[in-house]
Amino acid sequence: MAVVAIEKYEFSPADSQEKFNGNQVLYIGWEDHLMFCAPFAFAFPPTMIFKEILDKVIPDAFGYHPETSKIDWSQAEWFKSGKSWKPDVNKSLVENGLKHKDVLRFKTPGLKGIKGSCS
Amino acid sequence: MDMRVKKKLGIKERYTVMTRDLGWETTFQPMDDVFPYDKFEGIKIHDWDKWEDPFRLTMDAYWKYQAEKERKLYAIIDAFNQNNGHLGVTDARYINTLKLFLTGVSPLEYMAHRGFAHTGRQMRGVGPRVACQMQSLDEIRHIQTQIHSISNYNKYYNGFHDFTHMHSRLWYLSVPRSFFDDAITAGPFEYMVAIGFAFEYVLTNLLFVPFVSGAAYNGDMAATTFGFSAQSDEARHMTLGLECIKFMLEQDPDNLPIVQRWIDKWTWRGIRVLMLVGTMMDYMLPKRVMSWKEAWEIYFEQNGGALFNDLARYGIKVPKCAEQAGIDKEHITHQTWAALYQYGAATDFHTWIPNPEELDWLSAKYPNTFDKYYRPRLEHWAEEAKKGNRFYTKTLPQLCQVCQVPMFFTEPDDPTKISYRESDFKEEKYHFCSDPCKEIFDHEPEKYVQAWLPTHQVFQGNCFTEEADPAAPGFDPLAELLKYYHFNNGRDNMDFEGSEDQKNFAAWRNESVKN
Repeated sequence: MAVVAIEKYEFSPADSQEKFNGNQVLYIGWEDHLMFCAPFAFAFPPTMIFKEILDKVIPDAFGYHPETSKIDWSQAEWFKSGKSWKPDVNKSLVENGLKHKDVLRFKTPGLKGIKGSCS
Repeated sequence: MDMRVKKKLGIKERYTVMTRDLGWETTFQPMDDVFPYDKFEGIKIHDWDKWEDPFRLTMDAYWKYQAEKERKLYAIIDAFNQNNGHLGVTDARYINTLKLFLTGVSPLEYMAHRGFAHTGRQMRGVGPRVACQMQSLDEIRHIQTQIHSISNYNKYYNGFHDFTHMHSRLWYLSVPRSFFDDAITAGPFEYMVAIGFAFEYVLTNLLFVPFVSGAAYNGDMAATTFGFSAQSDEARHMTLGLECIKFMLEQDPDNLPIVQRWIDKWTWRGIRVLMLVGTMMDYMLPKRVMSWKEAWEIYFEQNGGALFNDLARYGIKVPKCAEQAGIDKEHITHQTWAALYQYGAATDFHTWIPNPEELDWLSAKYPNTFDKYYRPRLEHWAEEAKKGNRFYTKTLPQLCQVCQVPMFFTEPDDPTKISYRESDFKEEKYHFCSDPCKEIFDHEPEKYVQAWLPTHQVFQGNCFTEEADPAAPGFDPLAELLKYYHFNNGRDNMDFEGSEDQKNFAAWRNESVKN
């Protein structure tokens, strides 16, 4: 639906990719670990290799959780916009088909948060 | 020559002369040009004179009443301040609720002042114009009295020093700010439903009653008094909002679907803002009045239920979102406090883990959810904090495009899963925390694509001071962000435990009771 307005109502989006200084936004949430209250937001170069997310980004952003060190990436399941998805960890974000403001979730079987509470 | 004594006007005549008689049909310019904004929303009004003014208040009487309220209010505030009333509050943690109120809510009073001034100007009917004018003045009075009564705390405690600057910049304050920006950029009738009805009528008791009784329970006479002083205006505001709804619905049956959609939208928008108040009730008041869940049940489910029963004869239905809000009442305050706690380096107030008795209170008030979902994370954080490993997240959260709250709300049918919703619009992806927020976006995407989302603004480099150089070696984005916020880093933010506020309050209170 269009906005009901007094005259023509068209504005460019505030968050289009060209405004992010060459980066693209990617959101990442860890299923069953709601101690991190919301999915995190990142601005990454599109050419960044996906593996860097596993090696650096996640240990840094999610490192406070006692289960972070127990993550077995060979078992992890990924979801993009809620649908099952598989990254090629040696390829870049763009080569993995990730677009600006995509949302990823990862699930780590066997890890259920603080005292199994999904925290 | 005989003196001709004019007969004094009766109340009814006086009302007519001083309200309805102040308007006229313009002849030099067409009425549609003089009042260009009161038709484009699609609301059809056939007879503006059918507007019933339930208070029949004239401007001269208005000044008289308000002046009397002000005299009482300022006498009490003065006495409170002169007697160091701030040292009589339950515990220095309470003062953080005032910081949240001043930075988050008081600026909304000012926006309400502007909104009602604008709306009053745009309505061609004299009845609503006069009522809007008075409400506009009430609202500016409210922010003034709040600033005056809270300013005394600014002499002694951190975090009160720059609330207007912070209101339009801080990440969590974008929630109330964007709420009002959304309302004030709507047409005059939508604004009346948004603020006059959904906020003032349906939800205001959830803001004022718990806040004011919270202040009273915790020994803050100054805040209690400005609350009462404002609350007596609120009764008039509620009636104006309700009258506007009835007026629209009685004027033309075509107005019903438009009004219903606005009620649905604004009830939800208001609920998302009020989670800050709920969190204050459950987590920030050292002496608690009632839980958010209880307040929701009394003020929304019971009182609001009666209101919607009353409106049913016009065809109005209870907002769709009420069902989800009824499920969420068991969760949102715990989720909100958890978010504020972990982003506590970037809040303009202190955060903490409730003490063991307070955790038990939460268990008792939330028997279905607290122990199962929320206590484990709080206890874990408390243990870590004891070891010197207090939890501060430095990575920014994903936000909802509409309510701008971090995406921490869970699925209505599964509190262990974050509720993710998204829409594509003109090749751009947008994310939402819930079905109601997604519906609001999908109805008017052009409006919400402009949202100033703090997380994205930081990434775009728009939230640093002019001196900041992101290319410089050792650039610390969080420290630079706090400079942009005008924080005194380490004094305004972080945990209550060990804060300057905590130490000063203890020392001063000690001085006031001992030699």
